[in-house]
Amino acid sequence: MTSYIDAGKQALAEAMRGNPRVVALGEDLGRGGVFGQYRGLQQEFGPERIIDTPISEATIMGASVGMALAGQIPVVELRFSDFALCAVDEIVNQAAKARFMFGGQAKVPCVIRQPMGMWRSSAAQHSQSLEAWWAHIPGLVVITPSTPADNYALLKAAIACGDPVVYSEHKDLWPLEGEVPVDHRVAIGKARVAREGRDATIVTWSKTVHVALKAAEAAAAKGIEIEVVDLRTLWPWDRDAVFASVAKTGRLLVAHEAVQVAGFGGEIAATVAEHCDDALKAPVKRLGAPRIPIAYSPPLEDQSRVTDAMVLAAVASLTSHSRMRK
Amino acid sequence: MLQANERQGIVLSTATPAHGRNDALVARLGQHYRTMMSIRAFEETAEAASKEGLVKGAIHLSIGQEAVASGVCINLRRDDMIASTHRGHGHTIAKGADPAAMMKELFGREGGNCGGKGGSMHIADFAIGMLGANGVVAAGLPIAVGAAHAAKLQKRDVVSVCFFGDGAINRGPFLEALNWAQIYKLPVLFVCEDNQWASTTRTRDLTAGDGAAVRGAAMGIAAATLDGNDVEALDAAAATLIAEIRAGGGPRFLHVHTYRLKGHTAADAGAYRKAEEVQAKWAEDPVARTRARLAALGLGESAIAAIETAARDEIAASYAAAKAAPWPALDQAYAHIQDTGFGQWR
Repeated sequence: MTSYIDAGKQALAEAMRGNPRVVALGEDLGRGGVFGQYRGLQQEFGPERIIDTPISEATIMGASVGMALAGQIPVVELRFSDFALCAVDEIVNQAAKARFMFGGQAKVPCVIRQPMGMWRSSAAQHSQSLEAWWAHIPGLVVITPSTPADNYALLKAAIACGDPVVYSEHKDLWPLEGEVPVDHRVAIGKARVAREGRDATIVTWSKTVHVALKAAEAAAAKGIEIEVVDLRTLWPWDRDAVFASVAKTGRLLVAHEAVQVAGFGGEIAATVAEHCDDALKAPVKRLGAPRIPIAYSPPLEDQSRVTDAMVLAAVASLTSHSRMRK
Repeated sequence: MLQANERQGIVLSTATPAHGRNDALVARLGQHYRTMMSIRAFEETAEAASKEGLVKGAIHLSIGQEAVASGVCINLRRDDMIASTHRGHGHTIAKGADPAAMMKELFGREGGNCGGKGGSMHIADFAIGMLGANGVVAAGLPIAVGAAHAAKLQKRDVVSVCFFGDGAINRGPFLEALNWAQIYKLPVLFVCEDNQWASTTRTRDLTAGDGAAVRGAAMGIAAATLDGNDVEALDAAAATLIAEIRAGGGPRFLHVHTYRLKGHTAADAGAYRKAEEVQAKWAEDPVARTRARLAALGLGESAIAAIETAARDEIAASYAAAKAAPWPALDQAYAHIQDTGFGQWR
């Protein structure tokens, strides 16, 4: 068994052993990184490849763009997705667009690690799920793994893919244990059916996959079989898998931890509404956080949380609804 | 594509061939004059093409700042790298880019350096180490520093030059990039091209302290300040600094005083500054100064005129080539974005 955090570390170490162009840079990496994702790597690879940087997010990211243009593959540690906002120009205007603006003369292969999500009363500046922001930007790949095996396989795939990738591990999943077969491979953009079911589909990603699975377990006890689709990658997202599941169940709930308004769930809901209307037995439902900053105090923080009870209630409402079709 | 010192049309002889040192000086200055004339002609032609409606987007002319580009870039190898700014035509030409490809890029045509997808503010030519102009002030600094960081990791003895304006020194990435270059002892030459105007505001009105060089010096980066319109002095200073950097000495900082003789963009008449100020600055025009210096060194009028003709002919041909070039194929709007998810546009 391997933890989610160690699976990521294993992937990075293997990528660095296999390709001397891969380097990692960010604050406190020599001491293992803020969460221990890099523990021991500087001992193996040295300070030239596991680079301790000043607290300079714009230049951590901007220098990574320069490194990538000059032949390296930087793994860019931005500590918290919230702190990536100090490097938005470098991510959005530079990394994502350089290849296009320069007519394909150079690529910017890099993995921009931005740990996301609510974690132990971290409050409004250390808790956000901003994946929809990056999905909106042409040029970026967006990956949100939910299991140790996927964290291992997808981080390796991200480092190898040649594009700038926003890679968000969920902070609350760091200790999650699971099997990580060394030959586990996942293609970027391929969803995973985390649980099969016939009555309704939940499309979700990151930590909310586990919330949905818990809800599905409870629903099964009531005789409702829910299919849980772990999207894994937000861009490019696996429409075929989502459409196939909706064709089977006829009901869709999209659930995520991020604020629901303008969240990526809206994109999925709209696309399914456009393409799968004939299959839908009920209107598509969405479940995300209210549009409030994430609070520090636990009961207030919970106001932002999508719980298994909320998922279960949403699914119950979906399955009680059966649209009559002519 | 030619390096500045390989550029054609430099066949020089002086009236006093016996003086070998003078010959070398004239030859070097002749190279500068050729490069600076190409830049001047390119900018004037681009400005006219903008008025004609052939250049659709904003262009930022470097008329008056030609000596900086030439004085620094003549000391660079083809595999050295530069990062430029929105006012980047001069740096790009001085590094050795093909002006015809550049003019096509400004026109948004097929055959431009970036296939017409970047335009003036995103010209890049990776074959000669030109890592891109940039539409965001100060954004080039971290990129140049990162490229130098890569070069150090790869144990290549190349130098990365970062051009930026006086307006850039009030943005955070300026401080971050200088600190970064110094702590990792990276092969970077920072060139603050101080043309006194940050867009349409006089920089000194909104800049605390004594300006760019002292900010570099505050981080322990050896910094020199000099007249950016004196191409010989710039050449000599850049040669020394680049040699020190290439020898592993870490970053260096060059703060040069010059002047933007035109508006912020080609469409900016510059009404916010007095006509007398601009007129006075024309007296320091680096192109005219270099011409006068060549004449004083004994280069004949016909030889000087031949350099000018070669430069103007080259740029006229670039204009004609750009005007004749087709638009890019429409599928280019979908090319070079990302490999992962290619084809998924909605």
